[in-house]
Amino acid sequence: MANFYEAAADKPAAEGRESWRGRFGVQLFGDRLFALITLILGLVILSILFGLTLALVFGSTASIHKFGLGFVVSTDWDPVNDQFGALPFIYGTAISSVIALTIAVPLSLGAALCLSETAPEWLSRRIGFLVELLAAIPSVVYGLWGIFVLGPWLRDHVEPVLGAYLGFLPLFKGPKVSVGMLAAGVLLAIMVLPYIASVCTDVFRAVPRTQREAALALGATRWEMLQMAVLPYGRSGIIGAIILGLGRALGETIAVAMVIGNSSEIAASLFKPSSTLASVIANEFAEATSRLYLSSLMELGLVLLVLGLLLNVAARVLVLGAIRGAAGEGR
Amino acid sequence: MAEKLVCRSLNAWFNHGQTHALKDVNLGVGAKLVTAIIGPSGCGKSTLVRCLNRMHEEVPGTTITGEVLLDNENIYAPGLDPVRVRRRIGMVFQKPTPFPTMSIVENVAAGLRLNSANLSRAERDEVVERSLQQAALWEEVKDRLNAPGISLSGGQQQRLCVARALAVEPEVLLMDEPCSALDPISTARIEELLLELKESYTIVIVTHNMQQAARTSDFTAFMYNGNLVEFGDTKQVFTNPSRPETEDYITGRFG
Amino acid sequence: MIRALFGASDFRRKLKSDIMISLTALATLIALVPLFLVLGYLLTKGVASLNLNFFTQIPKPVGEQGGGMANAIVGTFELVGMACAIGVPVGIGAGLYVAEHPAHATARAIRFAADIMLGVPSIVVGIFAYAIVVRPMHGFSALAGSFALAIIMIPLVTRTTEEMIKLVPGELREAALALGAPRWRTSLSVVMRTAMTGIATGVILAIARIAGETAPLLFTAFGNQYWSTSVTQPIASLTVQVYTFAISPFADWQRQAWAGALVLTCIVLTLEIGVRWVTRGAARVPR
Repeated sequence: MANFYEAAADKPAAEGRESWRGRFGVQLFGDRLFALITLILGLVILSILFGLTLALVFGSTASIHKFGLGFVVSTDWDPVNDQFGALPFIYGTAISSVIALTIAVPLSLGAALCLSETAPEWLSRRIGFLVELLAAIPSVVYGLWGIFVLGPWLRDHVEPVLGAYLGFLPLFKGPKVSVGMLAAGVLLAIMVLPYIASVCTDVFRAVPRTQREAALALGATRWEMLQMAVLPYGRSGIIGAIILGLGRALGETIAVAMVIGNSSEIAASLFKPSSTLASVIANEFAEATSRLYLSSLMELGLVLLVLGLLLNVAARVLVLGAIRGAAGEGR
Repeated sequence: MAEKLVCRSLNAWFNHGQTHALKDVNLGVGAKLVTAIIGPSGCGKSTLVRCLNRMHEEVPGTTITGEVLLDNENIYAPGLDPVRVRRRIGMVFQKPTPFPTMSIVENVAAGLRLNSANLSRAERDEVVERSLQQAALWEEVKDRLNAPGISLSGGQQQRLCVARALAVEPEVLLMDEPCSALDPISTARIEELLLELKESYTIVIVTHNMQQAARTSDFTAFMYNGNLVEFGDTKQVFTNPSRPETEDYITGRFG
Repeated sequence: MIRALFGASDFRRKLKSDIMISLTALATLIALVPLFLVLGYLLTKGVASLNLNFFTQIPKPVGEQGGGMANAIVGTFELVGMACAIGVPVGIGAGLYVAEHPAHATARAIRFAADIMLGVPSIVVGIFAYAIVVRPMHGFSALAGSFALAIIMIPLVTRTTEEMIKLVPGELREAALALGAPRWRTSLSVVMRTAMTGIATGVILAIARIAGETAPLLFTAFGNQYWSTSVTQPIASLTVQVYTFAISPFADWQRQAWAGALVLTCIVLTLEIGVRWVTRGAARVPR
């Protein structure tokens, strides 16, 4: 900061017109250059996004040409005979995400209500910190823990119970193994939970106090107040948070690849191995031998990119709307 | 005068005891009368009214000592659930606070639903209509009862909030500067409403508008710096105040 | 009429409220159980497998006991360092542009692009890096890995930079401009300097994030069982090494995977906790 104070002081009080103009010129030039440099750096971001999309589209052309729309409905993934269909992975991605959200949504809503509403400030800050840590642990560490701890635990303690009581459903039939759809879904639940919880906490905190007080003044209990004022007010934000969580679940790669068992068959049982779009790319990309094989994997990436972008845009619109709308109304 | 609500040496603090907002307030609110609380900003008038239905404690870091008696029963008695207190003492806030996701009917019935889940539709509609009529809003909204509550104008929203508070049949209605966010015409509607409502309810209104207090209230309390400086018949307080601070305030010398 | 209905349900309502509130506390507790379990297993299994060799040796071939992940630790630092060299200037510059021209259509487009890039799965970023670095260079390389990590880092840095600059009071900027400082110097020496702590926090949190990435490295930096620091050669990283060893059938490798995971988690959490402790939660990395 000192520099320009000095610069200003150095300047003789009375200078000719020429040098004034010269100084203005330099300033304008500096400003323009600075704006130009930052603009270029900003445009780098746009071009990355653009280039990313283009690269995936070009990369997928061979596969798109060969299989057309049939790619997304075919269940045949056979690298040996150069036959590729994405349905098993779309199915695996969808089901593992559904399991993840089924577990994570109620827990994260509960945790978010606890953080924003019911826990005292000092405790809420500490728990919030722990929730952030949960999001900070690298996926590969979750994957490792999933292989050696979570998977065997599910096999020994959860799957037998599910099989015994709900075994009449095809979902819970079959041999109990430590890697498979269920393990991937549960691990994903743990991983997306902090995202959903922390967005929901922000959404709930943005509900104006006047809304809560209006409910309490009607004689609402604490829970009724949450039901009447906080949850409806935050509705679109909650949906946004869930979509954001879904986006994370779809794109999560390495942890899923480590515990899902990597099978390209569609199996009804959740105990059986499966694959997701992301996990199959992780497993097979570096070894893809034929051009068509690589192109098909790139098309899987394209599907993933499009899904990720759509969900992310939708989620952001909903969450920002919820938080900003409330900020405008709060006192 | 029959006293509905009585404050006995009421003290209230904010910011973990750092701000002493109410200092030993003693006050009796007459049944089926309008009592106005006036005073400069920050004098504690909102805090006082929020202590009357235990809303003050909803702000973290607050404390209260003393008693508030509702029909001779202390609402701060240990073990008494504030929920029961608030159901008997309703409140209307400074800004209209309709629930944004609810329709007009649902807003009015919001409090009703809590206490009587098995209310039939016909009974509910009856209470909604009666409350909206009491709040002088029925004629304006009867053709669009299922429209969202926030589609109404500011003045209508505030009357909707009055209807919502009345639907649970409170005995006392607290109003915390209910007209400060409204235009003059809506303000006049609310003031008319007050005169009608005091037939059936005990009303406490906080206002920064002295004309409003003079027009609508039977009794007036003047607060200054957390103290209840003067309390008496409205006419007497405004024409012949007994304390110099009150005179300074109502003649506009400060605040 | 209504009053008669009051009272009877009071107790049930209070009970229901208390139960639901307790359930939110229970949900929080359940949500945190995995954190403690993961950290607990890391400590017990990781510490037991950790020794000096881990930090000084490279992996031994299958069948031979011992070895370490020295090359992977160095590789992670190299990858993250190069990613920062690309990502930090681009991220901060773009953030400056977006913050300085808040109403400009281009700035809005850039902010939007940065926002949605946060939602691009990291494996897809890996494919992109493969397409434009690995393929033209005819081989996996440290450069390709860093490129992928930089792309993940850029939107994080851009968004934090913008947020932090927005927090700088407008008066400060005006005061500098009123003294006759040119706009660009105001931006750099007053606004940036004021926002520096926040931006640095954002950068460190972004580093923590990319240091833990595995997926985008699988077919860019690839991995390497030997010593290599060349930018044009495949390079080992802690994450990929942990992944490779974890899914291997060999007990000794699995043991080392735990040790690697412990070291990796320590690095990441030290950055996260350290920065949060220093700034007392002033800054958050965008999601």
